Amino acid sequence: MQTTTRQQLPGIVLMIAAMLFSIIPLLSMFSAALQPQGTVPVGISWPADPQWHNFVDAWNAANITTLLGSSSLIVLGVVPALVIISTMAAYAITILNIPLGRILFLLLLAGLTLPFELTIIPLYQQIQDMGLLNNRVGLILPLIALNLPFAVFWMRAHFLTVPQELSEAAGVDGAGSWNALRHIHIPLAGPALASLALLTFLSTWNQFLLTIVLIQDAEKRTMAGALQAFVGQYSTDVVLLNAGALLIMAPVIVVFLLLQRHFVKALLQGATKG
Amino acid sequence: MTSTNTAVTSGAGARLPRSRKRRAGFSRSQGARWTGWWFAVPALVMYAVFVIRPVASSVQISFYDWDGFGPSTWVGLDNYRRVFTDPELLATIGNAFFLIIFFTAVPVVMGLIIAALMREIKGRVFGATARTLLFLPQIIPGAAAAIAWTWMYSRDGVVNQFLSSIGLESFTRAWLGDFDWALPAVGFIGTWLSTGLCTLLLMAGIGKIDGSLYEAARLDGANFLQQTRSVTLPGLKQELGVCVTITIIAALAAFDVVFLSTQGGPGRSTMVPGVEIYRLGFVENQLGLASALAVVLAILVLLVVGPLQRVFKER
Repeated sequence: MQTTTRQQLPGIVLMIAAMLFSIIPLLSMFSAALQPQGTVPVGISWPADPQWHNFVDAWNAANITTLLGSSSLIVLGVVPALVIISTMAAYAITILNIPLGRILFLLLLAGLTLPFELTIIPLYQQIQDMGLLNNRVGLILPLIALNLPFAVFWMRAHFLTVPQELSEAAGVDGAGSWNALRHIHIPLAGPALASLALLTFLSTWNQFLLTIVLIQDAEKRTMAGALQAFVGQYSTDVVLLNAGALLIMAPVIVVFLLLQRHFVKALLQGATKG
Repeated sequence: MTSTNTAVTSGAGARLPRSRKRRAGFSRSQGARWTGWWFAVPALVMYAVFVIRPVASSVQISFYDWDGFGPSTWVGLDNYRRVFTDPELLATIGNAFFLIIFFTAVPVVMGLIIAALMREIKGRVFGATARTLLFLPQIIPGAAAAIAWTWMYSRDGVVNQFLSSIGLESFTRAWLGDFDWALPAVGFIGTWLSTGLCTLLLMAGIGKIDGSLYEAARLDGANFLQQTRSVTLPGLKQELGVCVTITIIAALAAFDVVFLSTQGGPGRSTMVPGVEIYRLGFVENQLGLASALAVVLAILVLLVVGPLQRVFKER
């Protein structure tokens, strides 16, 4: 397929426009965040005297240290548990071919398009009855469950690619299902498990609705959830608000840049698997 | 994207592939197959307690008038009647559908145009940069995107700065405070969230189309538009289906972006079902009505997304 660069030119121009479009809102926050505090910034402009200490002030104002800890705790509560139980369930449905497994899978599939809004009111009541309101455990448990449909779907798609001879050989060798999963299937599923962990890290870290409903104290929330309180406090201080919001975004952006190749692969696969 | 899931797959609602038939000669006893259920129990229990039960409760609550504390009164379908007759509530559903134009139509068309024109990204550095930048809107929290755009749209923000610089001074305004413009402005945040993802997905899909198909079309004298219609679009069915599905769900169930940028205002001009459910449930204490609206929203998503799966069924 040879397309000359000249033919590609319109495409390249549009692509560059799309790239600029993606980054401009972040650049405009950055330019506002570097203006002297108490001034009213205008649009995008490189400040004559960039005030880097604004980020220090915003770090303290937005309580970023606490939030990093809190978000990490929530992620650590959700991701490993979710990866483990979804892998086990997908293994049972796909490789062990359990009776009525299809029904279980359909039940989970129905959850794929479920708007979270449908669950928040009863969840609030339910978590309240369990005495877990305003407690991270009360957010972790529903988040594991709400992410299950996607996670099981993802792992099932992986298990369907495992050659049947392999799983049968494991069965014939008399290795129990548990051993076969641990010693044969888990090592093979490495890349699929890693991508799933990345995607669920992202959706947990960015979770907003459930967080603001189930957790009142901003410092116990996810980073995204904490933004609500921060906006409430600093809505008129454009400089600090933008600096704080950038800091709140920074961790996901850093993780994304570090693991960029894996992320791109996971996001593209995650969208088209199935 | 309500970053509920960066990925909802085209499998949702699609017909399932047959579960793998095991070859005769290797059939474990029925008993052994049932023991496999132990592996599925943890997932099933979590799902039953924290998804199925709340969904069932939502449906139940939707038939009552309840403030969340006191006694509840059975009102039958009354809440549903209100959802479908109260102009304010109907307007939230209308707004959600209006958002589809911005969340879905614009990003998919833009992505398609870029992908069709470029076909593949030449140059390693350019490709890596493009991928990084185009994915950024997808990975930051939707809540943070709302803050970024609230500032973009403000009186002194970039949007007005840009308009002034091209001589459209008269067109500048406080976008999110304007009754006519707030909803399209919020919608445009959705355009920003989805365009990169759709572009990259469609480019990945185009990369998989066999080059000889284009060759053949060219030999038949097909021009660019004809090639797009006869080769690109059919070849991209699956990827298009995914983009359309994910972004429609994001539009209909939008919450973060609207909640933090406008709270549904000015007036109720940007009120969408997601924010209204939250407001009715946690501010107005009308749990029955909020639940009915939530049930209607979930059914709407299924009604819109379900048939689409058939349209985009695999080639």
